[in-house]
Amino acid sequence: MMKQWTHIPEPEEQLPDAATERGLLMWLSSVDHKQLGIMYLLASLLFFLLGGLLVLFMRTQLAIAENDFLSPEVYNQFFTMHGTTMIFFVLTPAFLGMGVYLVPLMIGANEMAFPRLNAFSFWMALFGGLLLYFSFLTEGAPDAGWFNYAPLNESNYSTEGIHYYCMGLLLGGIGTVGTAINLIVTILHMRVPGMGYRQMPLFVWMMLVTAFLILAAFPSLNAALAMLLLDRLLHAHFFVTANGGSALLWQHLFWLFGHPEVYILILPAFGIFSEVFQVFSRKPIFGYGFVVASGIAIALLAFGVWVHHMFTTGLGNTVNAFFAASSLLIGVPTGVKIFNWLGTMYKGSIRLSVSMLFAVAFLIEFTIGGLSGISFAIVPIDWQLTDSYYVVAHLHFVFVGGSLFGVFSGLFYWFPKMSGRMLSERLGRWFFWLFVIGFNLTFLIQHVLGMMGMPRRVYTYPQLPYFTLFNFLSTAGAFIMALAVLTLLYNIWRSLRKGEPAGADPWDAYTLEWHAAAPPLLKNFERLPPVRSARPLFDLKHPEQADWKKQEG
Amino acid sequence: MLTPASEQAERIATLTNYFFVAAAAILLVVTLLTIIFLVKYRAKPGDNTLPPKIFRSRKAELFIVGIPLALVSFFFVLTLRDMRALEPGADTQHPDVIITGHQWWWQADYPGTGVVAANEIHLPVGRKVLMRLRSADVIHDWWVPELGNKMDLIPGRSNHLWLTIRKPGVYEGACSEFCGQQHAWMRIRVVAQTESEYKAWLAAHAAPAIAPAGELAQRGATVFQEKTCGNCHRIAGTEAKGDAGPDLTHLSSRKTLLAGLMDNTAPNLGRWLNHPQQIKPGAYMPDFLLKPSEREALVAYLVQLK
Ligand code: HEC
Ligand SMILES: [Cu+2]
Ligand SMILES: [Cu+2]
Repeated sequence: MMKQWTHIPEPEEQLPDAATERGLLMWLSSVDHKQLGIMYLLASLLFFLLGGLLVLFMRTQLAIAENDFLSPEVYNQFFTMHGTTMIFFVLTPAFLGMGVYLVPLMIGANEMAFPRLNAFSFWMALFGGLLLYFSFLTEGAPDAGWFNYAPLNESNYSTEGIHYYCMGLLLGGIGTVGTAINLIVTILHMRVPGMGYRQMPLFVWMMLVTAFLILAAFPSLNAALAMLLLDRLLHAHFFVTANGGSALLWQHLFWLFGHPEVYILILPAFGIFSEVFQVFSRKPIFGYGFVVASGIAIALLAFGVWVHHMFTTGLGNTVNAFFAASSLLIGVPTGVKIFNWLGTMYKGSIRLSVSMLFAVAFLIEFTIGGLSGISFAIVPIDWQLTDSYYVVAHLHFVFVGGSLFGVFSGLFYWFPKMSGRMLSERLGRWFFWLFVIGFNLTFLIQHVLGMMGMPRRVYTYPQLPYFTLFNFLSTAGAFIMALAVLTLLYNIWRSLRKGEPAGADPWDAYTLEWHAAAPPLLKNFERLPPVRSARPLFDLKHPEQADWKKQEG
Repeated sequence: MLTPASEQAERIATLTNYFFVAAAAILLVVTLLTIIFLVKYRAKPGDNTLPPKIFRSRKAELFIVGIPLALVSFFFVLTLRDMRALEPGADTQHPDVIITGHQWWWQADYPGTGVVAANEIHLPVGRKVLMRLRSADVIHDWWVPELGNKMDLIPGRSNHLWLTIRKPGVYEGACSEFCGQQHAWMRIRVVAQTESEYKAWLAAHAAPAIAPAGELAQRGATVFQEKTCGNCHRIAGTEAKGDAGPDLTHLSSRKTLLAGLMDNTAPNLGRWLNHPQQIKPGAYMPDFLLKPSEREALVAYLVQLK
């Protein structure tokens, strides 16, 4: 006789979380994965608003030719902070937060493997970000771009803010690595009995792959940051060419981290979309094994493509050819996933919730971003277009149209679980349309600006034909996106006060987190249904048509 | 890159066109499928029947891996072909011009001729020109979109670039690697000339600066010496031999000042000398707190440097 319910063990020791206390202190001292997950998301939101504010200033400066709204000094600090913030302190914590919140729930565990490490990691990340912003109160924020090339990052060419960049990223990096370890151990060890690797939700799979990527990629960044600090504070000369150092060494170290980082920020979004497409098409994912395998392939290839950021540094045809091949190759497992999701929609029964709207929009935006990415793997095209606004457009199509749409889609999907209340779908649709229109207005046209010769990271540009017109449109788009974000904030605020109660499973979903209460209790689960496929709740609701029957039989 | 004017830029433009065709086809397929599926498989209100499960399809998988693999292989071959054509190597050849990037201006030395120019770079059309690219401080990047590929100027390294410009004209470009405060105003003007015009230009620029004519300009030359402008600027034929700032020997022959920031006119020169840090904040030229009379004299002197 099959076991009907699985008992979920609680950690033996009572954890030092203030289950009985209320208020701020409870949050500050918490080691509960759900509270930490929410705090991660709130930190991400805070930095998102800061980074977004910076960009409104920047786009205002760029709205017309030869504008003097911002001085070059300020503009350069703003664009550096914008990029650094969005990558390290918005997208990274957003995905880690979702991972920390959802992974235990999705694998039927009651906690992360190391609750205290979880809290430690979060606070490191938060303080890393705050330290970075503290630089505005000093001589100046970092001003050498988010990838901070040597020797511009040395003390004779840039502000003291670079120290804060190094320390902020080191702290944030420690936190990120801590959470990665935590996720790996949790996923490997704490899955509910019955959940083998073939039964794991795809979001969990993608977080597992991401966590390994983090472990392998961050050491390179941390080493580079430490070397730079030595250069700047103790007059070492790793990157000072006059003393025998190498300017290119920084680029190698940075991009050996930086390219995997791009996948660290997109694989979790792939995981989110994989869940969303299934639930809102009411079908299992098309090609489960394929999605997992291509995720792993991406992770492995990700460490062999970094030189495509350096095709114009003159490394020679042989090196360039190798990295062109690997970069073209990595496009394949990334691109084919699009067809897994399309295949999931095929013959489905599609419900266009806001979550699904973002997922569908992602299919098209990410295809654009992916294709423009391929143009950088084709070395001669890269030689024309790299470091122009075409790159700016490309990376935003990937990071916004890919990663951020993933965050939004996940937010609308899981918010009812986290808060117990539904977000307004009507307001959500306003948000979706405003954001998507603003986004495309801002960035589509930047492809053209790049091809017309506008380099990236310029605080102004001369009066050339169409430059003002196109830049003005781009600026208008940025403000539309800002408006959209306001509707999102209002939606969240409204829902928390008087949103419609969600119930445990508002979307008729498939994975275990929807079996917990909404919001989940301190102890996530008392008991769980048996897990025999990747859609245990589907099996529970439709025992006649259970997935495992088909798979086994 | 939209209007290629060199052999290299044309080659890249052709490749880019191939790529855009393939990319547009893929985007079209994805967009159409998305829209068709959305319309066709949209849930009907009240319909609770479960759609069929499709777990996988080996045939479809082969297809969606096979086609992209074939496409990227095709573009890899083109990449190899064009890369070799654009960058045949430059081990033994002598460069026609050596470009040095400075924060935030360009220096051009024409080896064997003694000519040193700044910001406005003259090149011959109709033959393959070899440029050496170096940097005096941080990383800069040479990019003139109509003339083809970019190339970084990296301290401690020496890069090169081949160019075969098709027709005479003026081509604008800009430094494309972020290089500090005034990265935006590190623009390039390439003046492409027929071989004979180019030779004539070289000959004219090999000549030392003309002696100042008129009392005001002569006073300007004295001020130039007294204010130690010559520590940073070179004016061939005078004491001024500095190399921290642009060569001024033939300043007036240039169309713009300060790497494209403004037109090269007497009033603009005066504004620059009056308050360099207001015109191009961060530029490595100090404010000399010149008296109006000194400034006028300097301008009178500088505008004569044809
Ligand atoms: C400390 C070095 C330094 C000194 C001294 C100096 N300059 Fe300059 N000068 C520069 C630099 C560097 C630039 C280029 C600024 C830029 O475009 O970023 C420049 C640019 C110029 C230009 C514009 C050149 C062009 O092609 O656009 C003129 C004219 C000029 N200086 C005149 C003078 C005069 C006259 C003096 C003396 C009163 C002087 N400079 C003293 C460093 C110096
Ligand atoms: Cu530069
Ligand atoms: Cu630059």
